[in-house]
Amino acid sequence: MLPSDLKAESFAGYPPEARAIAIGHIQALRRLPMAFVPSLLREVIEFDYKFPVERSTIERELSTLDALSDAELHEWFEGFISISLSTGLESFDWVNSPAQFVEQQASHLWSTHQLDAFRKAATDYGDRLNRESKPEPIRLRRIGIAVLGQGVPIYDAPLFRNLRKHGTYLTNVSHQDGLKSLLNVIETRAQGHSQPFAHWYVDGGTPEVHSDLITSVSYDALAPVRNALLKRMQAEIGRPGMGPEELRTVLARLSPSDLKVETTSDPVLSRFELKLFTEGSGTQIYSSTFAQWTSREVLRRAQPLTLLVRYAPRQRQRPMNELLGGGQAQAELDPVGSLVDGEMGAYYQWIDQQRLPESERSGFIAWFENHGEAVAIGPSMPRGAVSNTAVDMEKLFSMVST
Amino acid sequence: MNVNYSSYRVETALAVSRTRRDFLRNAAGLGIGGALIQASPLIRAESVRKKRKVVVVTFGGGARDQETFAPEGQENIPHMLNEMAPQSSFFTHVTNQGILGHYVATASLATGVYETLNNFASVAPEHPTIFEYFRRELKRPSSDAWVVAPSNGFHRIGESEVKGFGPGQGARVILPKRLLGLASSGTNTDFEHLLHDNYETPLYTPALAGGEVELQQLEAILKLSVGDFASHARTLSSPDELSLYIAKRLMREEAPSLLWITMHDIDVAHSGAYSLYIDGIRRTDRLCAELWKTIQTEPEYAGNTTMFVLPDFGRDSDFDAGGNGFQHHRTGDPASRTTWMMVLGAGTRQGVVYDTPIQSIDLVPSIGAMMGFSPSQSSGKLIRELV
Repeated sequence: MLPSDLKAESFAGYPPEARAIAIGHIQALRRLPMAFVPSLLREVIEFDYKFPVERSTIERELSTLDALSDAELHEWFEGFISISLSTGLESFDWVNSPAQFVEQQASHLWSTHQLDAFRKAATDYGDRLNRESKPEPIRLRRIGIAVLGQGVPIYDAPLFRNLRKHGTYLTNVSHQDGLKSLLNVIETRAQGHSQPFAHWYVDGGTPEVHSDLITSVSYDALAPVRNALLKRMQAEIGRPGMGPEELRTVLARLSPSDLKVETTSDPVLSRFELKLFTEGSGTQIYSSTFAQWTSREVLRRAQPLTLLVRYAPRQRQRPMNELLGGGQAQAELDPVGSLVDGEMGAYYQWIDQQRLPESERSGFIAWFENHGEAVAIGPSMPRGAVSNTAVDMEKLFSMVST
Repeated sequence: MNVNYSSYRVETALAVSRTRRDFLRNAAGLGIGGALIQASPLIRAESVRKKRKVVVVTFGGGARDQETFAPEGQENIPHMLNEMAPQSSFFTHVTNQGILGHYVATASLATGVYETLNNFASVAPEHPTIFEYFRRELKRPSSDAWVVAPSNGFHRIGESEVKGFGPGQGARVILPKRLLGLASSGTNTDFEHLLHDNYETPLYTPALAGGEVELQQLEAILKLSVGDFASHARTLSSPDELSLYIAKRLMREEAPSLLWITMHDIDVAHSGAYSLYIDGIRRTDRLCAELWKTIQTEPEYAGNTTMFVLPDFGRDSDFDAGGNGFQHHRTGDPASRTTWMMVLGAGTRQGVVYDTPIQSIDLVPSIGAMMGFSPSQSSGKLIRELV
C-alpha cells in the first residue's frame, strides 16, 4: 500500500482521537513519501495517549503539511523521496503498525548504507518545521533540577565538571531540608501555573512527600509494573521463534492492561510509565538509568515547566540474567557508582532541556544531596564562576529563576 | 529547538579529533607522521616477515573519544596513554562507515568489507576473512590463526562460506565464556559475573552444539585441566579478564602468528550506567597494557610482533537528539563512527601521530601487506603509513 492509497477506512483500527485526526488530515498524508509517512503515523496512532504539548505539536505539524504547495512539498521531502525501500517494507502493514515499520526501516537503512541520507533528510525536515511552527510562548521560565549522590557521605573527585562551564559552581549551599524546600518551591509554582503535566518530580528510589499538583514517577512505586514486565519478558523468551526483534515488537504492543497492574488511573500517565520500561534500555534493572531515561522522556514529550529528578543508589552490577530475573530480594547497593551515573544524568538533563523552546530563559540546578556543592545555570548566573557565598535552597532557586 | 546541534556536532567531532592529536603530541612528546611515510620501517622488515606475528585487539565494545584519548578522558586510559602511546604509531582519525553492531562490525574488520549480515544471527561473514587469506596463501595450519571472542554470537567469526575459502580454512575460534560455562556446568554460581554474553541483547544467547570437543581444547591445546581453569576463573572479575587469560595461554602453548582478541566489557554502557561504562574502559586499558607486556616477554612474540588496538566503533554523541549519549551506538553520527587506532611493535615507528583519515576496513589489506598475503576481496585500502 502506498500513502496515496490511504482512505478513511485505513484508520479503522486507530483509537478514536487518533482516527479523527488522521482522517482530518488525510489529504496531507496521501501526499507524503513512503519513507516518511510511517514515522508521522507512529506519533498519530498514539494521539489518545499523548501529553497536551505533544498533541499540539502533532496538530501543528499536520496543519503545516496541509498548507504546503506541491512545489514546497517536493522541496521539503526531496531527501525522503530519494530513499529506496525494499518490497518487503512496501508491503508491510505500516498504517496499523507504524512503529514496527520504522524499526524494520532502520535496519534496512543501515544495511543499504542509506542511514546518513535518511538522517540528513530528517534533520532538514525538523529544521524546516521548527522554523515554520510557532509554539505558544511559555508563561513561566522553565526550571530543571537534578539531585544526586544520595547515601554518599564523602566524595573527593570534582563534581559537575561538564556543567560548571555553563554556570556557577557553588560550594556553600545550606542543605538543611534541601529536598523538602525544593518540593515546596515547585508546589508554589504549580499552584500559580496549574496545567496538566507541567510540573514533575522523578525519583530513582522512594519519593519524598509532595503535593498532588506535581506529577510524580518513581522507581519504587513502579516496582509492580517492572516485575510484571520482567516476568512477561521471561515468558516470551521461552516461546519458539522468539528473537530480539520479535521481543521488541511484543513489548511495543503491550498496554498497561496487559500487565494487569495499575499504578495510576490516568491513561496517559499509565501508558507513559509502561513505555519507560518497554522502550528504555537498562531502566528495568538500574534505578539511575531509570531516573535519567525518565528525565529525557519527560522533557522530550511533556516539555514541563518544572522538572526535579532525584537519583537514588542503584543495585550493584551483577550478571545480566540475574538482574533481569529479579531473583535477589535485597540487592547490594552502589551509592558511589550511582553518584557518577547521576552526574552524567544531570548533564544529559540540562542538554535535553536546552533542546526545548525558550531555552535561553531557562534555569538549571544540579545539587549533591545533603552536601554544600551545587551548580546553578541561568541567564543571570555567571558562567565558569565559583561562589563560596552561603546560600539556601530557596535563594538558589530564585537565582536561576530570574 | 534553539540550538543548532547538527552543526555543533560536526564541529565537535572535528575538534575532538584535533584535540586528541594535540594532546598526544604535547603530553607524550609524539611527532607528526606525514613527513615520515616514505621511510616506513616495515619495508625494511622484509627479512623478518616469515616470523612476523600480528595481534589485533578490538577495544570494545565501542568507546568514545571523550572517555579515552580526548583530554577529559585521559584519566581513564593511563596505561595506553603513558606506556603504550609513546611506543606506538597512533592514527587519530579512523572511521567506520558500516553497520554499528558489534558482531557485524567485527566481521567487517576481519574481512575488510562492510558486511551487512544480521548482527544478532548465527551466521558466517559474507566475505573471506583475514584468517582465510592468511592461511591459504601462506599455507599455514589451523593452529596458526586464532580468535578469542567475547560471546557465543561470535562463534562463526573465524571463516566465511565463500567458495574457494570457507569451512576449515579460517581461524579457530575460542569462546572463553562458553568454555567456562561447560567447565562449570550445573554449578556455575561462582562464575556468573564472567558469563555476561551480550549487552546489546542480554536476554539472548545463541545455543551452540558441541561441548566435549571444546572441553578437550582446554587440556589438549591450552594444557589446562578443567579444575585449574575453573579455579583460576574464580580469581577474575570480568569476561574480558577471562579472555585475556585464555589468550595468554594460547600464546604460550600454540603461539599463533595471527591472534585476534575481541574485548567487550565496555559495552555494559547499554545498561545506561555511566560509572560501569567508565569502569569497563579502565579495565580494558589495563588489560591491553598487560597483553602488550606479555607480547614483549613471550619468547615466540618478543621483537617480531605487531599489535593493533582499535575500538570497533564509537558511541553516540551527547548532542545527538536521536540517541541517548554514551548508552548506545544507534544514530550513526560522527561520534559513533569516528575513532582511533594504535599500532605497536615490530616494524612500527614509535611516538608518531598520523592524522590521515583511514577506515576500519583498511586494517585487513594493511596486515596482508605486512604478512605477505593479498586479501583480494577486501574493499579497504593499504594504510601507506604502515606498509
